[in-house]
Amino acid sequence: MIYKETGQYKSSYKSDHAIFPLIQDKVLFSTLMLIAFLVVPFFINSYWEKAILVPFLIFSLAAIGLNILTGYCGQVSLGTGGFMAVGAFSTYKIMTSFPDLNIMIIVLISGVITAAVGIVFGLPSLRIKGFYLAVATLAAQFFLVWLFNKVPWFYNYSATGQITVSERLMFGIPVTGATAPPYATYLFCLVLVVLLGFAAKNMIRSKIGRSWMAIRDMDIAAEIIGVPPLKTKLSAFAVSSFFIGVSGALYFAIFLGAIEVTESFDIMTMSFPVLFMIIIGGLGSMLGSFLGAGFIVTLPIGLKFIMVDLIGLSAVTAKHFEISIWGLLMIVFLIVEPHGLARLWSITKEKLRRWPFPY
Amino acid sequence: MSLQDLQNIPYGKKILELKNISLAFGGVKALTDVSFEVNKGEVFAIIGPNGAGKSSMLNVINGFYKPTSGLINFAGTDRKGMEPEFAAKSGIARTFQNIALFKGMSTLDNLMTGRLLKQKQNFLMQALYFGPAGKEEEIHREKVERVIDFLDLQSIRRTPVGSLPYGLQKRVELGRALAMEPEILLLDEPMAGMNVEEKQDMSRFVLTVNNEFKTTIVLIEHDMGVVMDISDRIVVLDYGKKIGSGFPQEIRNNKAVIDAYLGVSDD
Repeated sequence: MIYKETGQYKSSYKSDHAIFPLIQDKVLFSTLMLIAFLVVPFFINSYWEKAILVPFLIFSLAAIGLNILTGYCGQVSLGTGGFMAVGAFSTYKIMTSFPDLNIMIIVLISGVITAAVGIVFGLPSLRIKGFYLAVATLAAQFFLVWLFNKVPWFYNYSATGQITVSERLMFGIPVTGATAPPYATYLFCLVLVVLLGFAAKNMIRSKIGRSWMAIRDMDIAAEIIGVPPLKTKLSAFAVSSFFIGVSGALYFAIFLGAIEVTESFDIMTMSFPVLFMIIIGGLGSMLGSFLGAGFIVTLPIGLKFIMVDLIGLSAVTAKHFEISIWGLLMIVFLIVEPHGLARLWSITKEKLRRWPFPY
Repeated sequence: MSLQDLQNIPYGKKILELKNISLAFGGVKALTDVSFEVNKGEVFAIIGPNGAGKSSMLNVINGFYKPTSGLINFAGTDRKGMEPEFAAKSGIARTFQNIALFKGMSTLDNLMTGRLLKQKQNFLMQALYFGPAGKEEEIHREKVERVIDFLDLQSIRRTPVGSLPYGLQKRVELGRALAMEPEILLLDEPMAGMNVEEKQDMSRFVLTVNNEFKTTIVLIEHDMGVVMDISDRIVVLDYGKKIGSGFPQEIRNNKAVIDAYLGVSDD
């Protein structure tokens, strides 16, 4: 009864095709947005910023990116870490070459550069599918990380091979570097996530999104109704890489400030976690990208709280347990709910629709 | 040649002609020297035993296979074969023998894919959505809603097609082809696996499409009752060769066709 659509009539296709067609969804979303923009910035401290909110936002972007490619267009990719590294190093190079450029523009240009790299590594997707494509993107992952390690030009010949962010202002307030206040970095990421999130959702509910899903569900039939396979797959690679590139740029410039490529963008530290996010969150679901990112970001914190603070295990033992619990969760999700948290949410909605009646 | 030229062809005149089409996969000859023509506005049936090359013929017509030799005359132009995208753009739509819907998408989205070629906004406009891209979506949604009304699909608009029963999936697939507003509609066994009522419904839809929208229909079907009732002309294939063609009555009495396919009833 809480979540009923009774009495909400749609008199135009526009209102029927809205992102949130139900009034309850609209209210829920607006409330969340109000809290995120007007309440959180006043209460955020550096723990919430560094441990939860900023990584959540950044990984949400990466998850949306990978979800576009894997969830919506059906092209499995293990190269997320590599593409994030492209975003990070583009940001670094542009930052050091053009000191006066606005950081927001730098981040977006980094996304465009990553999109171009994504197109190049997407070319094999016309010929190879499934596992074989996954292996090809794995090659992209290793190649890109190797490249940023081996060619000193990318890290401006610094002795350590690290890249470090310098301070950049947005409306007079530093958003990168050590002095940036938590609310500034948080709002910077939030604005990008909201804008790009809507862009992604709009693409998904339009022609281009339907072309992606058509290619995912049956590429031969898609070709026969006039969807060009190569162009469609490459557009998915480009858009997906743009999102992943932007998230890589934020990960470097806003979140960490200084990175070393093999450590930060390795397949185990980056590509797999993002893949887990979209599997646990829900393949082919925008909501799933956010839920998955939130789950993976908060899981270690929750587990550490339970195991170290409540039970009293040593931190090292807890870390070991954490890895096993991750693996266990993956298996459980794949068996019990292959459509992820987003599916659980839609089941809950269906239940709420009828509550308190059983049917 | 454009859609406009196709629409200018008078009814009853040839819209599509296949000239000596042969198709081979390595040593396997799927089609050998098959010729026939399809007139605008007619229901044209291709029949024959399993493996006769009927589906291959449709694949040749809509550009999925390139014939090894022979020409396709489409709206007055001879060509060696077409790209699927070009065929779709030129007004050829088709359904498949074993349903080829996009299973993860809703009925509505499946039908909307039929409008993809007619949507012109680029992806940046679509990402913005406000303005032209949103308007375009609404225009095409309206066209799709007409197909939904025509095929009685209102109640399953939001249902993912993967969870629909077989008969409905067949109907959604017909809907997707109709959403393309084709000049020529290729139907590959539209009634396979259906019960009598579903067959009747489907026959009625096919005939209405033919009568109301004047769409030319090329159809493959095994139910001889249906074929003889609804088609204007028939061509019979066997082992990739044409063994007969003509009006239903002629086919019924054709000796070669009876031997190869129809058989003789006991009485």
